[in-house]
Amino acid sequence: MFVGYFTERPYQDKSSGYFGATGRDLTDLSMSNRDYDPKLGADLYNRYLDEKVFAEEMGFDGLMLNEHHSTPFCMGGVMNVEASILARITQRAKIVLLGNVLPIWEDPLWLAEELAEIDMISRGRLVTGWVRGTGRESVAHNAPPPFNWERFQEAHDLVVKAWSQPGPFRWESDHYQFRYVNPWSRPYQNPHPPIWIPGVMSRNTVKWAAEHRYPYVMLATELGPTVESFKYYEECAREAGYEAGTQHRGYLWKVHVDETEELAEATARKYIQGPSNPFLEGNQGNVRSFIQNLPGLTSRTNLLPTSQVASAARARGKTDQLKDAPKSDMRGTFEEQSDKMGIVYGTPKTVIPKIRHVLETLRPGSIIFWDGDGAMDHDDAMRSLRLFGSDVLPAVREMGKELELDSPFDVDDEIPAGYSPEVVAAAKAAEARAAAQADAAGA
Amino acid sequence: MGINPSETQVEVAGLSVRYFRGGSGPVALKLHHSTGNPGWMASDDALAEKFDLIVPDLPGYNQSDRPVWARSVRDIAILMKRFIEELQLKNVTLIGCGLGGWVAAELATMYDTELSNLVVSGAPGIKPNEGFIEDQIMMDWEEYVQLSFSSAENYLETYGEDAAEVYKELWDYSREMTARLTWKPWMYNKSLEPLLKLVNIPSLIIWGAEDRITPIICGEQYRDALPNSSLQVIENAGHCVEHEETGKFVELVSEFIGR
Repeated sequence: MFVGYFTERPYQDKSSGYFGATGRDLTDLSMSNRDYDPKLGADLYNRYLDEKVFAEEMGFDGLMLNEHHSTPFCMGGVMNVEASILARITQRAKIVLLGNVLPIWEDPLWLAEELAEIDMISRGRLVTGWVRGTGRESVAHNAPPPFNWERFQEAHDLVVKAWSQPGPFRWESDHYQFRYVNPWSRPYQNPHPPIWIPGVMSRNTVKWAAEHRYPYVMLATELGPTVESFKYYEECAREAGYEAGTQHRGYLWKVHVDETEELAEATARKYIQGPSNPFLEGNQGNVRSFIQNLPGLTSRTNLLPTSQVASAARARGKTDQLKDAPKSDMRGTFEEQSDKMGIVYGTPKTVIPKIRHVLETLRPGSIIFWDGDGAMDHDDAMRSLRLFGSDVLPAVREMGKELELDSPFDVDDEIPAGYSPEVVAAAKAAEARAAAQADAAGA
Repeated sequence: MGINPSETQVEVAGLSVRYFRGGSGPVALKLHHSTGNPGWMASDDALAEKFDLIVPDLPGYNQSDRPVWARSVRDIAILMKRFIEELQLKNVTLIGCGLGGWVAAELATMYDTELSNLVVSGAPGIKPNEGFIEDQIMMDWEEYVQLSFSSAENYLETYGEDAAEVYKELWDYSREMTARLTWKPWMYNKSLEPLLKLVNIPSLIIWGAEDRITPIICGEQYRDALPNSSLQVIENAGHCVEHEETGKFVELVSEFIGR
């Protein structure tokens, strides 16, 4: 079992009026950065890095970062910078990026170089992950949404080839053209860092991830639909000629541990306060759904059960339908989210059985606890991290063994989770050639 | 009152293109806005009293096949040239509204063999020397169509209190094709304006004085760029001037053709 730690790194500014459930109106992509205070930004970036270092000390296997743009609920617009720093100041934990928004890169070769540097500086601790991004990202970096999926796949193919095959070579695809692909830095891991794909709603992406044998990490989705989505991954894997296992399944959700039940609840309520995600119920934020789901960005019909109804209805502005639609992406009041185990909180004693329920239900080989978010401050995050380290992680590891929840790092697959068969075959062929050459030279 | 147009499909470059046709007189080919072809409207009835009016769904919109390779409005103009040839139309008056006006202008720069007149109304395609062309991506599609009228009353008169679901779907899905053609830069092609001086046929530029989508400076730039052109501004009308001031619109076009 692989256990990671995640915070979305919200921009917490009590003086802005955006902080908390009351105050100024929060509407996505309409909040001016004139309210941004770089001094506060400096404190927050450093705080979140410190917490990641402490998470490693407490025994977490992975430190996860994510990326959003032009929004206060995630400061990771350039998460590769944070990842680079973690690469140098941490020692053991994997640096899990879930993920870079591939289609918004005009020059994915640059991304290939950045990630290779992070992998080298960390001496092979990078887990790279790629997403298609929401409409917010397409708008913020002006990438054409109708070609989002094509650009995602092409950028992926280019980066993987740049990492795994010797240059120079020429690259000509529909959306990307390069006359000289030969990045001097190559990743530390051979043939490249493992690739994980996080997601919530696209069937296309699940199928594609399964075909490439990339673990699929469901992000804070409801348990029932998540099980269904994992089943769909398994079906796609079978069609691709292999049996998917726990190493191909990841799950991220909100878990906060505290010293008393009362403190745990009071602190966990902060998940849906502040700019952590100002668009959750309780925070009075407005998502502009026509921007979130731009035309052509995501198929309106090819959605996972996690968001089939709600997303389509939101995108179409059919608010009447929305009233009856399941809030499958764990949105809802604190009580609703807690009832559905989208938010788990308590002392170690009460949290551990709830985590077990999630593990038994989903059987993921990799899990990531989402904590220290919303209106939670540094002290809130540190109390939880300490208890994770002393009580929760040891228990979760035992559960992982008992339930046989193997992560990609626990098993010795011929084609490891995180690598496509073609790339593995090419790498083996290259090794064989090198060995034969060495033999010939020796003889 | 009311003409019953025919509805036909024709194959153009391997793509099925649907069009309505009705009325009699000189041939007029009317190209729709970026929000798709809303069907045979009252303004089409009025035009069909003077013209043999043809109203196609532009390739990629409504029921016309999508040219998946198309990346520019000029690509659509090339297909519309083939459409004219396929239907063997002669002495065509091209009437383009909004995005359709841009298509018409692109077409006129490269082909005037069978064109007799060009009418563009509220057309983007030219980068305004001041201001921006309104960005429908940053608003709800219904809000955008409302903004295309000079007043809420005029919008309601055309589409009603609660626009039919079929229109809303059309506006939603049309945005995808529009984004495929002109996401960046949004709604103009820097190489159009210099080429407009090659257009030899007479051109009429119609603008709603209250156009909140394409600034009127674009109309002035069209007038200055097109050698044989005039600009007519219709008061109390917005971007959808053909719906809002149908009578004046048709009168201007008729006068222009009959001059």
